[in-house]
Amino acid sequence: MSKKVLVVSEIKNNQLRNVSLEALTVAKQIADGGEIQAAVIGSEVTNQAHELVYYGAEKVVVGDDDKLKNYTPDGYAQALEQIIDLADPDVIVAGHTAIGKDVTAKLAARKKAGLISDATEIEVDDQDILVTAPIFSGKAFATKKIKEGVQFITIRPNNFEMGERDENAVGDVANIDVEIKDLRTVIQDVVRKTTAGVDLSEAKVVVAGGRGLKSAENFKMLDDLADVLGGAVGASRGACDAEYCDYSLQIGQTGKVVTPELYIACGISGAIQHSAGMSNSKVIVAINKDPEANIFNVADYGIVGDLFEVVPLLTEEFKQLTASVN
Amino acid sequence: MNIYVLMKRTFDMEEQIVIENGEIRDDGEYIINPYDEYAIEEAVQLRDEHGGEVTVVLVGDEEGEKQLRTALAMGADQAFLINNEDVVDYDQFSTSNILAAFFEDREFDLIIGGNVSIDHSTGQVGPRLAELLDIAHVSTITSIEVSDDEVKLERDSEGDVEKVEASLPLLVTAQQGLNEPRYPSLPNIMKAKKKPLEVLDLDDLDLDEEDVEGKTEIIDQTLPPKKQAGRMLEGEVQDQVSELVRLVKDKAKVI
Repeated sequence: MSKKVLVVSEIKNNQLRNVSLEALTVAKQIADGGEIQAAVIGSEVTNQAHELVYYGAEKVVVGDDDKLKNYTPDGYAQALEQIIDLADPDVIVAGHTAIGKDVTAKLAARKKAGLISDATEIEVDDQDILVTAPIFSGKAFATKKIKEGVQFITIRPNNFEMGERDENAVGDVANIDVEIKDLRTVIQDVVRKTTAGVDLSEAKVVVAGGRGLKSAENFKMLDDLADVLGGAVGASRGACDAEYCDYSLQIGQTGKVVTPELYIACGISGAIQHSAGMSNSKVIVAINKDPEANIFNVADYGIVGDLFEVVPLLTEEFKQLTASVN
Repeated sequence: MNIYVLMKRTFDMEEQIVIENGEIRDDGEYIINPYDEYAIEEAVQLRDEHGGEVTVVLVGDEEGEKQLRTALAMGADQAFLINNEDVVDYDQFSTSNILAAFFEDREFDLIIGGNVSIDHSTGQVGPRLAELLDIAHVSTITSIEVSDDEVKLERDSEGDVEKVEASLPLLVTAQQGLNEPRYPSLPNIMKAKKKPLEVLDLDDLDLDEEDVEGKTEIIDQTLPPKKQAGRMLEGEVQDQVSELVRLVKDKAKVI
């Protein structure tokens, strides 16, 4: 049964987030011939609209307003509600990001609707959309469906393929005047802790360090390995607590949840709170000098050894490999 | 200040998950959802600074009394347990609507919850409840200062820090880093036994089960596919590294 689907896209550092393009893949699967629309909201975001068309949106609705420069629940919910009312979708798909999970919960309450959060797998049968999401920090999975009404779904980054970019694709782009009033929270300042470059939660490769790195200075050696692989650097809570790196890099039950193609854990013992944030990664490599470290229980490949010896060799080896490929 | 804390009773992270016939076996250890502990601690500190009262609220079954007593021992003044038995397809829609009914006739300045529970990890209840109560919310806060009706907050947004201003009444959800939750002392545990704890059911809130029936239905619950035992590489370090790169190249679509 075909369905009208609206993708709520998200712009970060003046770029569409990958998860928004992944949401278009999901939209195609769910729509089954029904119309695929996308919403873009923010300040000076109109130029991003065509990109959504190239990835499969048939219609893009843009809400461009100064008041949407920073995320506020009130501002974003008002703008998106206007777009939802125009688009009249059966299903709304957003990324399970700081903004996506927050604003969809607010909108779902407003629409008295069901929301399934953090999907990692979606199946469509005749009637229903069956959505699977990790529960208990990835120790189990629950498959749910929404019984009635408009269906809200957020998807976990990196779990659905991005479609092919097609610059010949055509679609309508429409700007609407969003009416934003009475913002009850005001963002006074944003202190950027995250560096530009590869977004940790969306990275295909994550190189993560733990207490085994022993100092902030040593921690930087992970940058080289991540750079060679086009990946991002992450950390265990231990490394953050020891001030080897900023908390914005923390992966785990608190901190970010990542599911990259390749996760390289360097000097991380692998407490359950850490594996909660990375155990669903496709391929996990662990380097640790303690053969009993828990991290080896979740790893596909393990090297018992001194990371200060192994990591530079690994960086060099990958460098040669990528050089030979290019 | 009149502060309410939203609590959930959750499975202990250390517990093994066992699934029988699509249902999770629930005979393990239960704890206060760890993010709610930050919420309780912050509420108690704000009350000590500004005066007023801290009320903790938990929607769940009777077993939740244990977690509520712990919150009272941490310094909360009174507790409510709202029994949610017999609600079909219980979900975040249900919780937020039950809580909205609970708050309907109550005066409050600040509602604090955890930003997420560690079981289903949706983070929906805070924003949903704020919307139903028509008040503002700020999620994943790491700092809060209240003076008169003005509130200054810092929140974590995927690692970046946002400085936010808002006013009361307000709903906030706690992120790690907000504070260090205290351990209740023995005398406080004894005192908590005498603090008021009231059990409500849906009737008391003028709700029928159908009003808060969930919007979602769980079809199945499964364990992740058993992972093959990892392979430990052997030999000289350089050989291990070369072998690793070869294996990774074949397995992960990244290079």
